Amino acid sequence: MTWHRLLTVGMSYAALLLLAVLFVSPILLMVVGSLKPEARVLVEAGSLKAFLPGEWDLRNYRDVFARVAFGRYLFNSLFITGMVVLAGVVVNSLAGYAFARLAWRGRKLLFALVLAILILPLEAIAVPLFYQVTLFGWRDTYLVQIVPFVANAFSIYLFYTFFLGLPRELEEAARLDGAGMLRTFLIIIVPNSKPVFATVAILNFLMQWGVFLWPLMVTSGEAVRPLPLAIATFYTLPPLQWGDIFAFGVMMVLPILLVFLFFQRWFIRGVVATGLKG
Amino acid sequence: MSHRALISAGSLFALPALAGLLIFVAIPFLLAIGLSFTNLRLGSPLPLEFVGLTQFVRLFADDAFTRALWNNLLFTSVVVPVQTLLALGLALLLNQPLKGRALFRTLFFMPVVFPLALVSVVWILIYAPGPDGMLNSFLQLITLGHWQPRDFLHDPWLALPAIMLTSIWQGAGFQMVILLAGLQGIPEELYEAARIDGAGRWQRFWFITLPQLRNTLIFVMLVTTILAFRLFEQVQIMTRGGPRHATTTIMYEAVQAAFSRQQVAKGAAITVIFFLVVLLVTLLQRRVARQERL
Repeated sequence: MTWHRLLTVGMSYAALLLLAVLFVSPILLMVVGSLKPEARVLVEAGSLKAFLPGEWDLRNYRDVFARVAFGRYLFNSLFITGMVVLAGVVVNSLAGYAFARLAWRGRKLLFALVLAILILPLEAIAVPLFYQVTLFGWRDTYLVQIVPFVANAFSIYLFYTFFLGLPRELEEAARLDGAGMLRTFLIIIVPNSKPVFATVAILNFLMQWGVFLWPLMVTSGEAVRPLPLAIATFYTLPPLQWGDIFAFGVMMVLPILLVFLFFQRWFIRGVVATGLKG
Repeated sequence: MSHRALISAGSLFALPALAGLLIFVAIPFLLAIGLSFTNLRLGSPLPLEFVGLTQFVRLFADDAFTRALWNNLLFTSVVVPVQTLLALGLALLLNQPLKGRALFRTLFFMPVVFPLALVSVVWILIYAPGPDGMLNSFLQLITLGHWQPRDFLHDPWLALPAIMLTSIWQGAGFQMVILLAGLQGIPEELYEAARIDGAGRWQRFWFITLPQLRNTLIFVMLVTTILAFRLFEQVQIMTRGGPRHATTTIMYEAVQAAFSRQQVAKGAAITVIFFLVVLLVTLLQRRVARQERL
């Protein structure tokens, strides 16, 4: 290794380390803060002690369970997110396949409309959608948090670009064996498309897990509300306990962090293989 | 297999998704357009009337709304380039054969998995006022004590930049992963050929990496732009649009109008403007992208 190369590597590590510290410190603040007695969280936030727990103390975690029905919120989040992701993967992959590989009347026009919908985020239609679901009598239900988000233009687009890139011979062989269209899709296309399924599932999971505005609008009790809304309980209802908020945050992020760490490899392979990289 | 069977199978495959998009996206959007031309306000004694463009005219005379529009533009024009550059820098650093790069990639991506509502609350503590506040004491440390402690989220000049910083922290990792995928898709032969031709580091970056990464960069910036216009959670939790509308956004105004003040028609009109702005930006960005290709 030449000294020039050595210098490049050294500087890269220095830059990476510095940036990593900046990126991780808010997270560390939260994790360490969740383990401290309340009295020390604010006082020590301005010094390096913010990142040192000192004595561990799990009282904040106990407080969380005492202040909100954490189990209920967690179940709601898992259920809503799980349903949206599962149903979404099925519905949108079928649509992506239809647009990419099947010939049918209206395909081009409808795909153009799907692309137009891509730039129309939920927020832009939240107000009328709110009145619409009220009309359906869906307020304060799981249904209202799941059904409107199953069909997703962005997911359709990701599946579409991935399926376009699959070799046609795969399907032709299956069709020669007499397999129907749905069978071909299930036994040939799906097993060969794991990366795109992983990418879409993880992206949807991320988005759905953090959803805030919509449940705030359409739900009122804790019976069906997801985790992000529970934060408001800690933040708006006194006493304001930072330790509790942080403990809640850690417990809220843990499931999604595990999902991400577990599927990270697939997710990144999927990003490479789908239209995400443009 | 007959031609007719092909037609029906294709449309059947797409039917569930298309029905969902129609009922929960297209119809509400058309409804929003319709409502924006009325005077609908819940609990109002006035009869429902068609009022033409009145809502839109009123909006542009409304200080809070014009400030929201301006804030969104400002936020987007800072966050999109800064975040993209940061993400590009991270991706370039991680595109080298370094030990531990998977670990770094995970660390930079970690904020992305944090729900915005949680991120906002955590950053409220980081921005805590007084010399004990985390950011205040950090700035004091690196300026060797010259920094005067500020109350970031209640300062009309610093509140929006504070929200920008939080958003960049949360979003950069996502862009990084996509850009990294783009970088890894660039054929190695291109670099080798350039090296043989005696091209230096910068030349290789300007003449190979950037042009090859172009589509990825455009995609990433487009998505970030749309997300930037949707700015809501951070504002709702960290500042509630204040101080004095300094951090209000289009979405925040729409939700305020429709839900806090029951002004349904006004909320719908804001929604329509929001869509038009995003559409305009998208078309503009596509146009720029196409021109540069020539």
